[in-house]
Amino acid sequence: MYTFFTIVRRDLLIAFRNRYELINPLMFFIMVIVLFPLAIGSDRQMLQPLTAGMIWVTALLASTLSLEAIFRSDFEDGSIEQFTLANYPLVGLVLAKVFAHWLITGVPLILVALLVGGFLALNDAALFCLLLTLLLGTPILSLIGAIAVALTIGLRGGMLLSLLILPLYMPVLIFAMLAMNNASDGLSIAAELYFLAGILVLALTLSPIATAAALRIRLS
Amino acid sequence: MWFALLCFVTGLYGGLVMAPADYQQGDSFRIIYIHVPSAWMSLFVYMVIAVNSAIVLIWRVKISEVIARSSAALGASFTFLALATGSIWGKPMWGTWWVWDARLTSELILLFLYLGYIALQSAFEDRRVAARAGAILALVGVVNIPIIKYSVEWWSTLHQPATISKIGTPSIHIDMLIPLLLMTIAFMCYFFSVLLVRCRSEILEYESNTAWVKDLLTNKGSAA
Repeated sequence: MYTFFTIVRRDLLIAFRNRYELINPLMFFIMVIVLFPLAIGSDRQMLQPLTAGMIWVTALLASTLSLEAIFRSDFEDGSIEQFTLANYPLVGLVLAKVFAHWLITGVPLILVALLVGGFLALNDAALFCLLLTLLLGTPILSLIGAIAVALTIGLRGGMLLSLLILPLYMPVLIFAMLAMNNASDGLSIAAELYFLAGILVLALTLSPIATAAALRIRLS
Repeated sequence: MWFALLCFVTGLYGGLVMAPADYQQGDSFRIIYIHVPSAWMSLFVYMVIAVNSAIVLIWRVKISEVIARSSAALGASFTFLALATGSIWGKPMWGTWWVWDARLTSELILLFLYLGYIALQSAFEDRRVAARAGAILALVGVVNIPIIKYSVEWWSTLHQPATISKIGTPSIHIDMLIPLLLMTIAFMCYFFSVLLVRCRSEILEYESNTAWVKDLLTNKGSAA
């Protein structure tokens, strides 16, 4: 447990020393959101039903772009190799790194998304639902994404990474959007949230194992 | 290979000529003789890849690496064929090339999974590393396929309830069923024969520096 938090603390420290890398995904997120009204038109009636979808799709893209940072610098300076040799199980280290990455990118994204959702005229129920789905959804994105990052790290091109993970992200998007639709119709969103939570538990247990295996393969 | 061709020809003949025309859809239903077997094959090939991937990760059997690698392109083409024939059929029947129906969407996602798998394999220089990396991806995909399937079904049923009635498989007439089964056997045999050919060339290419391959080549050259 101590090692777990040491890794988390180390990654957070690195992130706060490079503040711009922290801000870049958020800037990207806001800019893409701004693109939608420019492309579709500023009519509130037309934008409102699309808002939740826009926010979620943009969040997917932003998390895809920021994912590579989970392992890149550690892969380049060889820290990953030391991790695999360490006395501590690699699965735990992977989990710590993903957790730190979620704290760095996921949590700010959720806050900004709430802000943007408020600007784009989501009502309170929809905003609350957005908060819950993002809280459950973004860790899943980081966990699944970590597998693909571990597989593609050091290979040329970031396109490959998005090709691999976007199909795997689709269930999360679907359940989140089902919940958002129910919320805007004033229905219960419990079922979708339970499903998201279920996927989260599944990802939490299985994905670190797959990620650790992928890292070992890449280093062998 | 010849058996596959035989089944294919008789199945096609039975399907296109002998089977009675559907009372509702007329002759256009006959495309199911391509569509349904290729849709079945698209799932079956993914299972072949997944099983071989598990073997690769657990026992590191080399031949399984080759099989998984060679199956991927075939599986992707079956998936594409299922989608293409489906939309050709959908144009006269549903009046549109594409509907965001649950089955269509999950088949499309399956195609993306195949393409991602192929892309990942081709990104590595070393084939053995590629095989093991691909194996992990294939197994992650297997865990995801049921989730994708059910989530897409729910999503679709909420958005467009009961607009489409699918082909009623239990009520299919025996004259239509026999050619369909023949075609499925043909597709199976085709898959395995092409798979073996691909595996052979894959192994020869991989081992092209070894003595036995050179020996084989020179012997063949002298015999011919």
